[in-house]
Amino acid sequence: MDLSALQNIAAGNDWGAIWPEISLGCLALALLILEIVLPRKSHGRIPALAIAGQVAILVVLGLTFCGGGPDREIFNGLLRHSTGGQVMRVFFLVSSIFACVLGQVTLARQTAPRVEFNTIILTVSAALMLLVQSNHFLMLFVSLETVTVGFYILVSYFRTSSLTLEAGLKYLIMGALSSGLLLFGIALLYGVAGNRLLPGHTAESLRYGPLAAFLAANPHNYVASIGIVLVLSGIAFKIGAFPFQIWIPDVYQGAPTPVTALLAVASKGAGFVVLLTLVRTVLAPYAWLVVPALSGMAAATILFGNLAALTQHNVKRLIGLSGVSHAGFLLMGVVAAASTPLAVGAVYFYLFAYLLASFAVFGVMAHLAGANDADQETSDYAGLAKDNPFLGAVLAVGLGSLAGIPPLAGFVGKFLVFVAAFRAGLYGLLAVAIAGVVISIYYYFGWIKAAYFAPDSPPAGDRPARTPVGLAAKLMLGGFALASVILGLYQGPIGRWLAW
Amino acid sequence: MTTDPFDPLLIAIAAPLAVALAIGLGLPKRWSVRLAYLGFATPFLMALHVWWHYSAVPKVHGYAFLTEHATGLSGVGITLELGVNGIAMPLFVLAGLVGFAAGLCAIRSGAERLKVYLMLLLVMLSGLMGTFASVNLFFFYFFHELALIPTFIMVGVWGGRDRVYAAMKMTIYLTAGAMLSLLGLIAIYVKSGARRFDMIALRDILAAHPLASGSQAHIFGLLLFGFGILVALWPMHTWAPLGYGAAPTSTAMLHAGVLKKFGLYGLIQIALPLLPAGALPWGHLLAGLAVFGNIVVVGLITLAQRDVKQMIGYSSVMHMGYAFLGIACGTALGVGGVVLLMVAHGLSVALLFLLSTNIWQRTRTLDMDEMGGLARQAPILAAFFTAATFASIGLPGFANFWGEFTIFVAAWKFSHCLTVFAVLGIVLSAVYGLRAAARIFFGEPSVAFARAAGDQPPTDLSWTERLPALILLGALLFVGFWPQSISQSIQGVLQTGIYRTH
Repeated sequence: MDLSALQNIAAGNDWGAIWPEISLGCLALALLILEIVLPRKSHGRIPALAIAGQVAILVVLGLTFCGGGPDREIFNGLLRHSTGGQVMRVFFLVSSIFACVLGQVTLARQTAPRVEFNTIILTVSAALMLLVQSNHFLMLFVSLETVTVGFYILVSYFRTSSLTLEAGLKYLIMGALSSGLLLFGIALLYGVAGNRLLPGHTAESLRYGPLAAFLAANPHNYVASIGIVLVLSGIAFKIGAFPFQIWIPDVYQGAPTPVTALLAVASKGAGFVVLLTLVRTVLAPYAWLVVPALSGMAAATILFGNLAALTQHNVKRLIGLSGVSHAGFLLMGVVAAASTPLAVGAVYFYLFAYLLASFAVFGVMAHLAGANDADQETSDYAGLAKDNPFLGAVLAVGLGSLAGIPPLAGFVGKFLVFVAAFRAGLYGLLAVAIAGVVISIYYYFGWIKAAYFAPDSPPAGDRPARTPVGLAAKLMLGGFALASVILGLYQGPIGRWLAW
Repeated sequence: MTTDPFDPLLIAIAAPLAVALAIGLGLPKRWSVRLAYLGFATPFLMALHVWWHYSAVPKVHGYAFLTEHATGLSGVGITLELGVNGIAMPLFVLAGLVGFAAGLCAIRSGAERLKVYLMLLLVMLSGLMGTFASVNLFFFYFFHELALIPTFIMVGVWGGRDRVYAAMKMTIYLTAGAMLSLLGLIAIYVKSGARRFDMIALRDILAAHPLASGSQAHIFGLLLFGFGILVALWPMHTWAPLGYGAAPTSTAMLHAGVLKKFGLYGLIQIALPLLPAGALPWGHLLAGLAVFGNIVVVGLITLAQRDVKQMIGYSSVMHMGYAFLGIACGTALGVGGVVLLMVAHGLSVALLFLLSTNIWQRTRTLDMDEMGGLARQAPILAAFFTAATFASIGLPGFANFWGEFTIFVAAWKFSHCLTVFAVLGIVLSAVYGLRAAARIFFGEPSVAFARAAGDQPPTDLSWTERLPALILLGALLFVGFWPQSISQSIQGVLQTGIYRTH
């Protein structure tokens, strides 16, 4: 390789385009350095610095947002710079800011170290941003592993709790298995696309573009089909779709509440954006395989999530299983996206509505949890609306939006996904989805019932002490609830950006 | 489109919502109550304005007061389009009337946590006004749900006996119904290929290119059962008496009186004109369910009720049978009768729920076996209740008469046998209605009631209690003696030929 080739490669490296990821990484390193440099008694301020830094990045990101421009490949096709990617950066930054704020609440009751929690979250957030922008299977795998390894630590962060350790172990085993499946699938695709005996073979068979061209030239290749199924399975683990959802309830219950929130929203959101990208680009020639596989998965996921959630009394398991059902609805959108462009916007909208609603609920959960973070029951919520109307209202808006009740954002999300699914002709799936919505009303309602309709709060000894709501948490939770309402009534610029 | 800045429809929707918001932001109680009067009165006045000016204002695509506001989903054909046609106008007015009466009743009710209660009721009223003013089907559904959610909360928190169970049952049934109908609406939209999700665009495109009759029948089935659950079509009616029995008065008035009409309105305004071929195969099943289920079976069940509110709840399910019968006929005559009956029933059932609470406040029981002789202490209440019962039975002079009469005429052409059974239902309704009036107000007081009343003799209706009842009864009589006041506008739609004539 001569010098000019290297120069060409270097010229393709558009460092300016990934400044948010770089800043997050630098911020993470700065936190570590501060922890070493600063005296021990001022360590308590470091998490606040992490939050302030992320807010600053978010503000700059908002100011420099340039939507509408055409997508372009950067770093020689490793990444794709797109409007969707920029929007998802906001998604992940909001998630990580929220996790850090919530971490302040939850960690205050634990003995675990404070600073590295924030460092890992920042790293995970940067990796998630890269993950959704990846345009190359290598990039996909590396950023996915960065995310997953970060989560291995975060999930088992409360090392003294046996449930947390169990969750950590389960997540480690399941995560490793799914990474293995994904990698095997990628390897098969790489191998078959490099086969010189096949038409359209390519040397760059990990990059999405050439691989898509190869798959289009060989629409019924046996090895490629196996590879695709394995790749889909690997991603299905991450998003918790049936039959790869078994880890969800235990891990969600055992993980610290802020980590559960991050896992439920950010990790799942990234999984769906990756899936959406793959389905619409690389795997488009294999729609004959992908669409039925994902449809079946979506139907089973919706039914399983909702039915399993019916009997839950632990709110962390409940929200985990309700998250499984939401994965099913989103999968329906992804399936529709294979043939209907409208569905892409619908999935994005659904993800944002899901973020706002879930975080509102997780925020309330973190304030109601006691010293034992894994043990949060619906009965702890009795009398919440009377004792703390603010948290009660936030919870009602969050759960209402998750249930898909107008005028909240969750309803618009569900509506758009339904319209998209109808356009794509997924009638059977729609029938299942409707049944799922009706079932879900039962358990969301049960939760609201505990907070609102139960006559009185149980005596303080019978439930964990509730944490008073701090200013940052109040702002964030109020903001999420308000945004859920506003986005349900007026979609304005977001609706236009999604450009149906 | 009108460019007049005065938009009565938008004001009627926004005013209660704004008041609810102000109360929610922590207005002191005294001011909350004063502002609530404004919140309930504004839609009422706007409704009267719309009714008064309806015939004079220019119509665009058959809709008066048509306006459009973008909300960000224009790309999927969704904008906030408001307007009323001849079928929507009477229901819009009904919502304003019943909303005002229910609001007056709620403000005087002295309920616990009154501010929150009024707030929810105002949100519900806003949703109701929006439902009947929406031309865009997204917002038609959206406003219905906006009105429905507060219902569940009000039943669950402020309800009477079995309130949590009733709230849960209502929530699940009505969500199921709403989801089915939503699916049906989306189906029409997607299948028609229209660019806008509104009644005008759908009507135009489906008139030019009707759907295949097979898919029309499928979609009509979805809408029929979806809307049917919402209107308590037998055998999916069990949520209704339970819910109304448990619901606080104003909620029951608004739900039974107005919100429940959403389903019938949807069938009339959307399903029948857009899917004419789809309605035919379902006609006989619907008519059978309506007559033998809603009218005969539920009518007999109503006879056996001892609780006043349960009885009113069942009787309202029964009267929905007549409305379904009119829809099953599918003709312009039947549809016109249903619209008249919807208005009349909305007024009369709201009046009955209102009076039943007035009775309860005097007797502290709703069990008719434990009452009697109340007319001696409360003659005006007795007069109101008897008049409401007459209206509900459908005696001439009240609005209900015109609705039921028209439906019977339409049904006679459809099926003689079913009409006979339906008319016999009137006898049932006369028996339980008059017997209830007799048991509550006349005869000798029961021992328990006499003892309870001896300590503190019940008083008659005060003027503040009379006012909401007078509004409702006045409207019933007004339409009863001058049906043209609303039938003219209905006829305007029926004559456009979108419904079958035979």
